[in-house]
Amino acid sequence: MEALTVHEGNTAVLERANVDTDQIIPKQFLKRVERTGFGQFLFFDWRFKSDGEEDPSFELNYPSAANASILIADHNFGSGSSREHAPWALQDYGFRVIIAPSYSDIFYNNCVKNGILPVRLPEDQVYELMQNGNDKEYHLTVDLQNQQISDKDADFQATFEIDPYWKEMLLNGWDEISITLQYEEDIEAYEKRVKV
Amino acid sequence: MKPRTIIDKIWNEHAVRAEAGKPNLMYVDLHMVHEVTSPQAFEGLRLSGRPVRRPDLTFATMDHNVPTLNRESITDAISKKQIDTLFDNCKEFGVELADIHSPNNGIVHIIGPELGLTQPGKTIVCGDSHTSTHGAFGALAFGIGTSEVEHVLATQTLWQSPPKTMEVHVDGRLGTGVTAKDIILSIIAKFGVDFGSGYVLEYTGEAIRGLTMEERMTICNMSIEAGARAGLISPDQVTFDYLKDRRFVPEGAEFDEKVEQWRQLATDEGAEYDERVVIPADEIEPMVTWGTNPSQGVGIHGTVPYPEDGKSATEKKVIKTSLDYMALEPGTKITDIHVQHVFLGSCTNARIGDLREAAKIIRGNKVADGIRAMVVPGSQQVKMQAEEEGLDQVFKEAGFEWRDSGCSMCLGMNPDFVPEGERCASTSNRNFEGRQGKGARTHLVSPAMAAGAAIYGHFVDVRKLDQTVSS
Repeated sequence: MEALTVHEGNTAVLERANVDTDQIIPKQFLKRVERTGFGQFLFFDWRFKSDGEEDPSFELNYPSAANASILIADHNFGSGSSREHAPWALQDYGFRVIIAPSYSDIFYNNCVKNGILPVRLPEDQVYELMQNGNDKEYHLTVDLQNQQISDKDADFQATFEIDPYWKEMLLNGWDEISITLQYEEDIEAYEKRVKV
Repeated sequence: MKPRTIIDKIWNEHAVRAEAGKPNLMYVDLHMVHEVTSPQAFEGLRLSGRPVRRPDLTFATMDHNVPTLNRESITDAISKKQIDTLFDNCKEFGVELADIHSPNNGIVHIIGPELGLTQPGKTIVCGDSHTSTHGAFGALAFGIGTSEVEHVLATQTLWQSPPKTMEVHVDGRLGTGVTAKDIILSIIAKFGVDFGSGYVLEYTGEAIRGLTMEERMTICNMSIEAGARAGLISPDQVTFDYLKDRRFVPEGAEFDEKVEQWRQLATDEGAEYDERVVIPADEIEPMVTWGTNPSQGVGIHGTVPYPEDGKSATEKKVIKTSLDYMALEPGTKITDIHVQHVFLGSCTNARIGDLREAAKIIRGNKVADGIRAMVVPGSQQVKMQAEEEGLDQVFKEAGFEWRDSGCSMCLGMNPDFVPEGERCASTSNRNFEGRQGKGARTHLVSPAMAAGAAIYGHFVDVRKLDQTVSS
């Protein structure tokens, strides 16, 4: 997994609540047996019209969202299905950071395991960011080490919370399985003790 | 000793490592696997040369892609590749698989309990959000992503932060003709689509105690639609009776010993939860969802809301967007909504009890003109049992299609889907945009309500139906 320390990039604003993983990556694209190549299908039913053309009224197709790598969304982002294809698609499309007031638990875990930083900010701060980035290019700098977000002119500044465990994983791009296997003796001892 | 909840008991029992301020390393007792969320995990093991640590605690099935007609000849090449990949992976890594030809094949959350793999006190995971279903047995069961599937395959553990606990108390007795599906849809409608976020829910109260195991599974199944990490019910005699004599459950004296242990798991009197919500059972009516998330539901005698009914600017907008997608006018009576499809299936409501309830209403009636109605049993076992009882004949004579098992039209990964712009009364769990097909409009209901809609062509209060309807 790619390490994430400081990330600077353009934002895309998705002013919608309860965006579920069925929207992020519709089921017809879950049949691949690889982890890669899902970006082309991200938000497929919203992004493209039935004739296959991009729908200009969808937020990610706004010129202001060109090359966005930071996604700003409303409450309960990533709800529903546990499909990890959702963060795979977001990442493959180019997103490294998501900012929202709240996430579904499974989606949050799936993000950090793929090197995407899901930032939780209070609602009013998220709405301020949405205003700022709604109709123009709007760049943010996200500093994971110091848990800070700011825009270019430092008009917007905020700090965010993150579990120290996930922070360390993201900062270092660690493979979690290798870490766990360092505790193999503990796992063996547990199996002996409870006879599982 | 301080009184404890079942959640605390299971948690403490499974902590392999617990350091303050860090997630705990939790042992996993049962790992269920299916074809959609596992190929990349097995591939990861192969690339790093790791084995499956405990194939004996891992069990696989094929369900999401499986056709419900001619199930053995999959025409979609990519679906077939996913099915074949699971077959090869299970063979290579030594994992037992209920493949497409097995009489034990079926939806992962239906076969786990059916085979007795699901037991009280176990930690159970699967790369599927509806894993919460298994909580009905007093197990701590939750959905995980594919990276975590690989982690469990390699280590039989997961890093997890201790959950917060919430009691969801259904107070008093249910009215006649009100089902488990109506309870859970009412809970989500009342408290919201993410009220359970960060919590494990325990469902309590007389109304819950009075439910069969299958009905309890329907409730726990939809805990994820409330955003909860898991949902469970303390085990009791109903649980033990269900489990007796199932394939993976110990027999004889060993079973009795197990039952004694399982009894100790139930939440102690006076145990404290981090949060508690209460819903009076007598306010629960047969429910129908009108929107595009499972909290957007109302009783059968209700109406479709106005965007202005939303409590915040965000909620007003959410209602407006949902109504646009669903093509519904505010103020429409629920009983005036007509459907073109009826789907009786899914891990929420496709067990034998669900089919029996629907068949009671269907028997001697005909599906209304212009409606395509379909029964997809949750497993091949359920299908065989229903055929033994003659339920297939009841459905077929009424004009229902009678299919093989699978996830089917709940998410439309196989050939079963709802066409664009059409409306479906569905016993499944998600009414998201496009869930049952691009542009499809889903109304979530109980099996009885789906049966009523099939006969009348619109939603009806099934409590007021005579046994036979002249249509």
